[in-house]
Amino acid sequence: MSTTKKIAGAALAAALGVTTLSACGGDAEDKTAGASDAPKSKTVTLVSHDSFNVTDTVLKEFEQQSGYTVKVLKSGDAGAALNQEILTKGSPRGDVFFGVDNTLLSRALDNGIFTPYEAKGLADVKPEYVLDKEHRVTPIDSGDICVNYDKAYFADKKIAPPQTLDDLIKPEYKNLLVTENAATSSPGLGFLLASVGKYGDEGWKDYWSKLKANGVEVVDGWEQAYNERFSGSAGGKKAKGDRPLVVSYASSPPVEVLYGEPQPAEAPTGVATGTCFRQIEFAGLLKGAKNEEGGKALVDFLVSKKFQEDMPLQMFVNPVTKDAALPELFTKHGVVVEKPENVAPETIAKNREQWVKAWTSLVVK
Amino acid sequence: MAVPLAFFGLFFAYPVASIVGRGLKTDEGWQFGRIGEVLTRPDIAGVLWFTTWQALASTVLTLLIALPGAYVFARFEFPGKQLLRAVVTVPFVLPTVVVGTAFLALLGRGGLMDESMGVRLDTTVWAILLAHVFFNYAVIVRTVGGLWAQLDPRQEEAARVLGAGRFAAWRRVTLPALAPSVAAASLMVFLFTFSSFGVVLILGGPAYSTLEVEVYRQTAQLLDLPTAAVLTMVQFAAIGGILAVHAWTVRRRETALRLVDPGRTTHRPRGWAQRTLLGGVLATIGLLIVAPLAVLVERSFDAPGGYGFGFYRALQDAGAGGGTFLVPPLEAIWNSLQYALAATAIALFIGGLAAAALTRRAGTFVRGFDALLMLPLGVSAVTVGFGFLITLDEPPLDLRTSWILVPLAQALVGVPFVVRTMLPVLRAVDGRLREAAAVLGASPLRAWREVDLPLVRRALLIAAGFAFAVSLGEFGATVFIARPDQPTLPVAVARLLGRAGEMNYGQAMAMSTILMLVCAVSLLVLERLRPDKTSGEF
Repeated sequence: MSTTKKIAGAALAAALGVTTLSACGGDAEDKTAGASDAPKSKTVTLVSHDSFNVTDTVLKEFEQQSGYTVKVLKSGDAGAALNQEILTKGSPRGDVFFGVDNTLLSRALDNGIFTPYEAKGLADVKPEYVLDKEHRVTPIDSGDICVNYDKAYFADKKIAPPQTLDDLIKPEYKNLLVTENAATSSPGLGFLLASVGKYGDEGWKDYWSKLKANGVEVVDGWEQAYNERFSGSAGGKKAKGDRPLVVSYASSPPVEVLYGEPQPAEAPTGVATGTCFRQIEFAGLLKGAKNEEGGKALVDFLVSKKFQEDMPLQMFVNPVTKDAALPELFTKHGVVVEKPENVAPETIAKNREQWVKAWTSLVVK
Repeated sequence: MAVPLAFFGLFFAYPVASIVGRGLKTDEGWQFGRIGEVLTRPDIAGVLWFTTWQALASTVLTLLIALPGAYVFARFEFPGKQLLRAVVTVPFVLPTVVVGTAFLALLGRGGLMDESMGVRLDTTVWAILLAHVFFNYAVIVRTVGGLWAQLDPRQEEAARVLGAGRFAAWRRVTLPALAPSVAAASLMVFLFTFSSFGVVLILGGPAYSTLEVEVYRQTAQLLDLPTAAVLTMVQFAAIGGILAVHAWTVRRRETALRLVDPGRTTHRPRGWAQRTLLGGVLATIGLLIVAPLAVLVERSFDAPGGYGFGFYRALQDAGAGGGTFLVPPLEAIWNSLQYALAATAIALFIGGLAAAALTRRAGTFVRGFDALLMLPLGVSAVTVGFGFLITLDEPPLDLRTSWILVPLAQALVGVPFVVRTMLPVLRAVDGRLREAAAVLGASPLRAWREVDLPLVRRALLIAAGFAFAVSLGEFGATVFIARPDQPTLPVAVARLLGRAGEMNYGQAMAMSTILMLVCAVSLLVLERLRPDKTSGEF
């Protein structure tokens, strides 16, 4: 197999002049064929989904202190990126993978793509986030998927905005909520899981029947729900969105403030704190990493105070360490979700597909 | 012939076969029983049915709306023609997320149609069909119009002199000459809409699903490779069937045509009938293509504190935030252009060789090869991307994290365009000219350069424009292929749209406008690229 690959590859590379083409684009690959006796590599590669983000200066500081150069590879959304790692198990494209969340954690662990590693600074991580006792993955950030409401709408109508999942099926909130397709969108799935967490494996279907009877609208993705249909967001106002309730994130109101022009004194939207599902994102050292030492240093860096405090304004998520301070934007305009709904990762892995199927035939069809 | 075959074998057949194989082969051997199992699921049958009929309907609708346009672009001379030709190609490069936004603004609630006529089309099949026409209008206008412009009008005039009526003359002379290119263009539109992904997701709402959407869900989200493998094979079978029908109906009807310089066939519209036709086509383009684009442009200027360049200025300061998330737009433009140039070069090289090989030979084998080249249009990006991942993982071809992988994937989609645009023209070149050149002592290469090239140059440029546009707006494959963080314009747009807040939304619109501008300008430049200044076409 591999010899035919090599021969075909060499012949083709010669025929197409790929070598010359690739020389003029991007950085030259270091062609150490993963040999363990190779000299200590100076490059460490982080594989992630498209939302990963860090301030340049913070990353540069890590590079200076550790002596490594960090290369970031992004490949699609969280699900697609993880599945690519599972497919390339044993010959990974990088050293560390960031972006496995608790809805996908079991799939990642069952496929054995990570090497256990206890990060320096793990002691500072809040214990409730450490879901894997073998430390194959390290928690990095958390965020809540919650219903957001348009403050102006409810003030105008003199109705109190809904606060809990139970509120959403009350008649005064008829035809107000827009959510995302649980089959293709991660907030959509999160909201479905919130209802599973609250009403149990059977009760959630009953809840969604009532929600449907109460006029919930389902669109495909978050962009459409939030920027087109929701009346409280900047995009939705322009698009004349007429749904004052949307499934989004607990961090959305601070983001609305941050990117408002001029910045409003108060967020135009609020969060219904009794409707939330908590997402936790993890990073892990990949099995078969070319640069294991560098990978370990990178995982340490991801739970370091510096990175943890940089995250909120870069990825709009919450830190997981005890001593990381939140930026003022979050303390002022954000909310603390006391009791998010939760479903164990292995339960999610086992039932995810049938839940989504049942949800689709119940709500969409 | 060998090079395109090797290219396709390595970068298409091999990766796709590997990923399908992985889905069907377990430790207990091949699981062909899975095929029946998946196919008998009622939801899959429904998906297959919807996929097929919406693609057929979209193709017919696109033909109806775009053929008059092809005629007008081929035969009439009017001010702003070149610009308009570039404008109709712009939709081609827009990310579906953006197109969805524009269409919702027109067809959705509170949109233009709603306000003026009280009609709402979002979440209906009509929205999907119209968006497909919007995307594919240029395919018909450019491929059919390109050939039409080079048909000698005197042949039709001769038929008229011999007593044929206007319509009969058109039906007997022009239509047979155009048929191969109409068929080829329809085929492309069909394949495109058959594997439609973003349009169906956004405009159809969650109730509609195509095979492509289903493959994406099974592969990227659920990692259910067996089901994805079966669906990919179903897609293959369907496309294979379509291609067979196409080959059978065309049955090499391409005949040697008298091609003339397009500059000689155009004229200003004369008489009320021609003026009405021109007006009708312009109105269609205005409503269907310019209006959605205009909505985006309008929103990009609708900055807080009145209309202006506020969002564009914000884009310039993007680097100031210091994150890896936001790139200054100039950098994204540069990335996009680099990818597009590389992809165009590869597509032209491979496609040109393939088209030349297909002109020279005939027979079943060649027809099979021809069909093979079309397959990438109908195979989902996620299948190809994941296939790359598990096959191109050993030196000397460990391309998984290499820059070249993105243009390679884009060129896969570009090659069919190059072949389809060039083949009708190449086949129409009279072989006796080549023979004459050979008799006079020209080498095959020289004969090609002196005889074929001047005649196909225009087709070559059109093909290059397509390959370029495909690459510029291509989003599917690019997303699944890991790339060092150099976002292209569409990727940057999608990222901005994925975040809350007015400035992000506005910047996404501004970035889309820049993307349109880059596309239009690039196409205009391409249209003016003339290796020599012999023809006074413009």
